[in-house]
Amino acid sequence: MTGSYDILIVGIGGQGTILASNILGEACLIEGRHIKGAETHGMAQRGGSVESHIRIDGLYGPLIAPGQADLLISFDLLEALRYSHYLKSGGTAVVSKNLVIPTSVYTQKLTPPTEEEIVTALKKYGLCLIDADRIATEAGSPLSQNVVMLGAASRWIPLKPESLLEAVKRLVPKKTIEINAKAFQMGRDAGGKS
Amino acid sequence: MERKYLLGNEAIAHACLEAGVDFVCGYPGTPSSEVIDTLRAQPERPNYLEWSVNEKVALENALAAAWCGVRAICTMKHVGLNVAADPLMTSAYTGVTGGLVILSADDPFAHSSQNEQDTRCYAHFARVPCLDPASVQEAHDMIPAAFSLSEEFGLPVIFRPTTRICHSKGDVELGAVAKSTRNGEFKKDPRQYVVIPAHTRVLHKKLNEKQPAIRKRLVELGFNRCEVKGKTAVIASGIGTTYVQELLPEGVSFMKIAAYPIDEEWLGEFVRKHEKVLVIEELAPEVEEVVRQVAGTVTVFGKKNGYAPWEGELSPQAVAAIMEKAGFLNKSPFAAPAPVTDLPVRPPILCAGCLHRGAFYAIKKVFRDGIYPSDIGCYTLGLQLGAVDTTICMGASITVGSGIAHSGETHDVVCTIGDSTFLHTGIQGLMNAVYNGANMTVVILDNRITAMTGHQPNPNTGLTACGVETPAISLDAVCRACGATFVETLDPYDVTGMVDVLSEAKKRKGVKVIIAKQMCVITARRMGIKRGRYEVDAEACTGCGTCVRFGCPAIEFADEKARINDLCSGCAVCARLCPVGAIRKEGKK
Repeated sequence: MTGSYDILIVGIGGQGTILASNILGEACLIEGRHIKGAETHGMAQRGGSVESHIRIDGLYGPLIAPGQADLLISFDLLEALRYSHYLKSGGTAVVSKNLVIPTSVYTQKLTPPTEEEIVTALKKYGLCLIDADRIATEAGSPLSQNVVMLGAASRWIPLKPESLLEAVKRLVPKKTIEINAKAFQMGRDAGGKS
Repeated sequence: MERKYLLGNEAIAHACLEAGVDFVCGYPGTPSSEVIDTLRAQPERPNYLEWSVNEKVALENALAAAWCGVRAICTMKHVGLNVAADPLMTSAYTGVTGGLVILSADDPFAHSSQNEQDTRCYAHFARVPCLDPASVQEAHDMIPAAFSLSEEFGLPVIFRPTTRICHSKGDVELGAVAKSTRNGEFKKDPRQYVVIPAHTRVLHKKLNEKQPAIRKRLVELGFNRCEVKGKTAVIASGIGTTYVQELLPEGVSFMKIAAYPIDEEWLGEFVRKHEKVLVIEELAPEVEEVVRQVAGTVTVFGKKNGYAPWEGELSPQAVAAIMEKAGFLNKSPFAAPAPVTDLPVRPPILCAGCLHRGAFYAIKKVFRDGIYPSDIGCYTLGLQLGAVDTTICMGASITVGSGIAHSGETHDVVCTIGDSTFLHTGIQGLMNAVYNGANMTVVILDNRITAMTGHQPNPNTGLTACGVETPAISLDAVCRACGATFVETLDPYDVTGMVDVLSEAKKRKGVKVIIAKQMCVITARRMGIKRGRYEVDAEACTGCGTCVRFGCPAIEFADEKARINDLCSGCAVCARLCPVGAIRKEGKK
């Protein structure tokens, strides 16, 4: 509506969505651009479904309306499907191949969709599937999956990759800068191939 | 000037430093907790900072500091202000010398709360000014102004951010941190600080006399402002302001309300320039009530005539729908795509290795037909395990339990309450239950920390908010001092041991207290405690599902066998539950 580029990052509490949001924020500061965001804190983080709204060049409210997101970054296949209606038609989903089955499936005997079903449903948008676990492990630590995902998504995000990489270096723990820089680059390569 | 990407609460904390705040206290509560958590993590903290045991205690501390002339802030969530309402109401009479800001964070949509009450109503009730920011930047900018306003009128000022301010983020222009040079000094003045009837009648009159000047000042300060553009107008407050601004068509007037009380003369002048006025605000119709009072023949659209919802939070799509319904937009620009349905839900869940899960299992095993009043904390998630029958407010598990026990209900009552909640407002309930001879079992779920809101220390932790060691309170001694004679402390990871103690408690009359003590699994992980994972011997597993029903996120089930994933923290409770001994420590045969 106002020319902001709207990104929804989703996943499961503890997967690092907040760090991903902070990296985008820092990259915007580096480029001198405005940014607004909203995220899940508190008890909802305890293994629940979490969402971070990010509006690059956003000047007004922090929330994205369903059907308005330019980009969906999901750290989990099932969560990508759960939030896919936030994407506008023609929007892109950058999705980790990771699939954590919710405990409700076992305790309430629910049937989750299969990976194939989820991928088929997501194909109505631009879909970039990333094997984040494998790439992060190759980069040096499975903990860097969130940075791998940002690297892949950087193909679509209207920020310079140098700004994003600089933001990654500023925000990850010092000991892990090298691994995360590699994770970002490997993610970006994977995003380019899809 | 520096620009940073900050969480609303971090921006508020920074603004407190810019205002040179001297005294900080509060009780954790989502979405307010990160203000103090940010301040206590600073290398240069305000002169005094504490996590208090509850909000009433916190506000009384802060009020006294402000009486001594220093700048004080007291933080809490909206329902915390109910606990602090007693000192709040009279603090408006006594007033303050140093600035006192009461931060009470509202939670529209009850993302993490038991209700959707509106702090602005308390400000109205107590007749103190209230600031209501619309963005992270405004929240930041309002804090120094709130202290100045408090000092100018000698009144506490309520600062009311909402979840979408506290937990939203933005690039924020920050100011320089100010170093305070204030030292508290109590100047005796019984006519001000001793509210006997003769004094309080005078103080009440003084409070009322301050009101017109406050209303004018809030307009002068620019918190409430307007722009006339046509014959129709939208008046908005809080986060709703930003949603309206993004949607507002050309030629529609706009008024932003960010401070209360609203100057009725100024408001009426604006409203009567229009034919139709729409009010957009979250929670109570605080603005709408005043608009209707001054509207005369102008048509007002809002909650009271069904154009805007009374419940929940606003969003871009909700505001567009209200504007469309009231005829302020031809058509909402937002399509409403339907979410994919029938996906398995993923609500928050007790962590793998959480002590509460073992305790709930033991309670349900021993008291199969029991009634389970519970309280506010991570353990409210015991609802998913069928182990939580009531939750109303902090500390109410024991009181609800004794009420049920005295009602003539014959089933056993077993209530659960966390350590921080017990110290907050649970002790009085225990004292009352013992004193009045209730028959019930109280299980204190003691994880040594206030976990749900982000692991703040409490008197049970042995550390202050600033990390200084302090004697940890003895819950056992507190319970015995309340008159309880059956007080047993145990480790809920030892489920069989807990079953034995609960069985003993079941046989006895009176109030029985069990302290189920084990470190929060998140704290344990942060401290580097490693217990080693468990695994299922697939050959021995009979697929009976006992471990799956335990509800631990580390336990999966496929092809008629249980499997333990890498969330396992090694609590070993499932190994104790498995009827065929198929669960064992990884690598051990």
